[in-house]
Amino acid sequence: MQPFTTLNAIAVPMHEANIDTNQLCPTRFNKVPRGPKYREILFYDSRFRPDGTQTEFMLNAAPYDQSGIIVADRNFGCGSSRETAVYALYEFGIRCVIAPSFGDIFAANCAKNGLLALTLSEQECADIRRQLQDQPGAKISVDLAAQTVTDVAGKVHKFEIHEVRKRCLLEGLDDIARTQQYAAKIEGFEKGYYKDRPWLTARA
Amino acid sequence: MTARTMFDRIWEAHVVAEEEGEILLYVDRALIHEGSSHAFAALKRRGQKVARPHQVFAFTDHYVPTSGRDRGIAGIAVDEIRNMVIAQHENTKLHGIRLFGFDDPAQGILHIVPPEQGITQPGMLICGADSHTSTHGAFGSIAFGIGASDMTHVLATQATWQRKPKTLRITVDGELGFGVAPKDIILAVIAKIGAAGGVGHAIEYAGSTFRRMSMEGRMTVCNMSIEAGARCGMIAPDDTTFAYLDGRPWAPKRGVEWDAAMALWQSLPSDAGAEFDREVMLDAAQIEPMVTWGVNPEMAGAVGGSVPDPKNAPDERRRSDWAMALDYMGLKAGMALQDIRIDRVFIGSCTNSRIEDIRAAAEVAKRGKAVVPAWVVPGSQTVKRQAEAEGLDRILTTAGFEWRDPGCSLCTAINGDQLKPGERCASTSNRNFRNRQGPGGRTHLVSPAMAAAAAIKGHFADVREILK
Repeated sequence: MQPFTTLNAIAVPMHEANIDTNQLCPTRFNKVPRGPKYREILFYDSRFRPDGTQTEFMLNAAPYDQSGIIVADRNFGCGSSRETAVYALYEFGIRCVIAPSFGDIFAANCAKNGLLALTLSEQECADIRRQLQDQPGAKISVDLAAQTVTDVAGKVHKFEIHEVRKRCLLEGLDDIARTQQYAAKIEGFEKGYYKDRPWLTARA
Repeated sequence: MTARTMFDRIWEAHVVAEEEGEILLYVDRALIHEGSSHAFAALKRRGQKVARPHQVFAFTDHYVPTSGRDRGIAGIAVDEIRNMVIAQHENTKLHGIRLFGFDDPAQGILHIVPPEQGITQPGMLICGADSHTSTHGAFGSIAFGIGASDMTHVLATQATWQRKPKTLRITVDGELGFGVAPKDIILAVIAKIGAAGGVGHAIEYAGSTFRRMSMEGRMTVCNMSIEAGARCGMIAPDDTTFAYLDGRPWAPKRGVEWDAAMALWQSLPSDAGAEFDREVMLDAAQIEPMVTWGVNPEMAGAVGGSVPDPKNAPDERRRSDWAMALDYMGLKAGMALQDIRIDRVFIGSCTNSRIEDIRAAAEVAKRGKAVVPAWVVPGSQTVKRQAEAEGLDRILTTAGFEWRDPGCSLCTAINGDQLKPGERCASTSNRNFRNRQGPGGRTHLVSPAMAAAAAIKGHFADVREILK
């Protein structure tokens, strides 16, 4: 996993609440193997007409075709567990989404793929979106170690993140490698667990 | 001793280790489908094996065709779709995983088959490669969806890193009104608390309404917990649960096994006086048949109502969201929901494709003739056989409905079943997101009876009027 440390990038404001995973990656693309194809898939049905021509959707044109950050409203990434929504963001170049709340599974998927889904208050998100609306193409900065977002006006916003997630993102650590040190503990757990639940080891 | 919730009890029974508040939980069962190809690709990249193949169950459901199955896998017309089904066969064979595949007599949707087979049991921790894994909480288990990276981790270790969510108890008491279905309850819950109302929470559904409800109904309710933003929803196991499990292939056998299982299962329900982080109450008698009018499941109203006017939205944000929704859905503010004409009907999905759902649809269908194309897609071969044994397929086909083969079909629209741009569908599925049922498609979520009513009227109608 690519580590996430600091980011200074063009931020695109998205005012709508409840932007769902089916918008980020329409389900019919879920079968596409992970890779650069996902750059085009992000928000596909908003970006392309049925005949394949581009719409006016903001990610299609400068400056937002170079976005690295999305500033959104509540419940961003609600819906499906499909990680393809994260692949699409990542391949497009989005490394950070800032919103008042996220779909739980989506947020977990982001963390496992080096994408920072960070939470600021509704008011802070609305303020930053307004700044971006007034200055299209403006950059904002994110510093994960310091847990800060610096907005267009230079105001610093502190955000919370779980220590383990922070460390994994900063170092690009992978969960499976981390868990392997618990292999003996898992086996020990199973002994006690199945002693109390012998019927679970039966097979139909 | 402090009173504990069922959620806490099951959670604590699965804790293997802790790192600064992140918990390594043991996973009883992992449920996967054709789309789990991403997880197998990741395992392959790492040169990793599946740790506990006998605790992993695979289902051919998302990409499977719902007609022309006699032509076999080779009959799947689109190469990429056929390859998903073939790849799943190969991956599960390679890793020794039980596959309920294309030709299996128990084939069906990953949230329909495990309960039917007794694979889902009370007290378990179940991870599925699909957000509607919350369905399995209906048995008194912690069941939630995870992405491909987390599924790769589960396959490699039989454990998952999670942070403990808060608890939310949703209590519904009283008798449901005539013609009102479990689907209407969960749509009413989401309309009340919002599509983000359950974010960060595990829901326990409690109250007399659920105690009286069948397992099928409980599964419908728990299924849509994710549409309220919650990763899991659960209902305490009781005699209804135990009677359902008795005799199913993977369930404990009668005798010593069954008695030991029962002792554990009966100890699961939340203690009286257990505290939840949040509480929400609804009166069952107030719930009416529901219809969604917008582009997320919280945009819903009772069938007697009308499409809301964005001008009357409670805040600026919802004003613009509602206006955008009406624009996409092609609806006028203030029009009666019953005046909305539909082009198609879909009865199916992991929300509503169980035997009771088919019965409810047939009960309405026998009172008329479908005036628009109306599909009925049973959730599994088991449901299909039972419905046919009860003669439900004949009632439906006589009424002009189409009786198809089991799969996810038009709910997620990736097997080739999809709406045409602009088509409007009365659907018993779970998501009315834009383009969900096909690019430009318009989805209204309803119960199976309400979907059948819309099929015979050509527009939304109050099923209570038809059934009375």
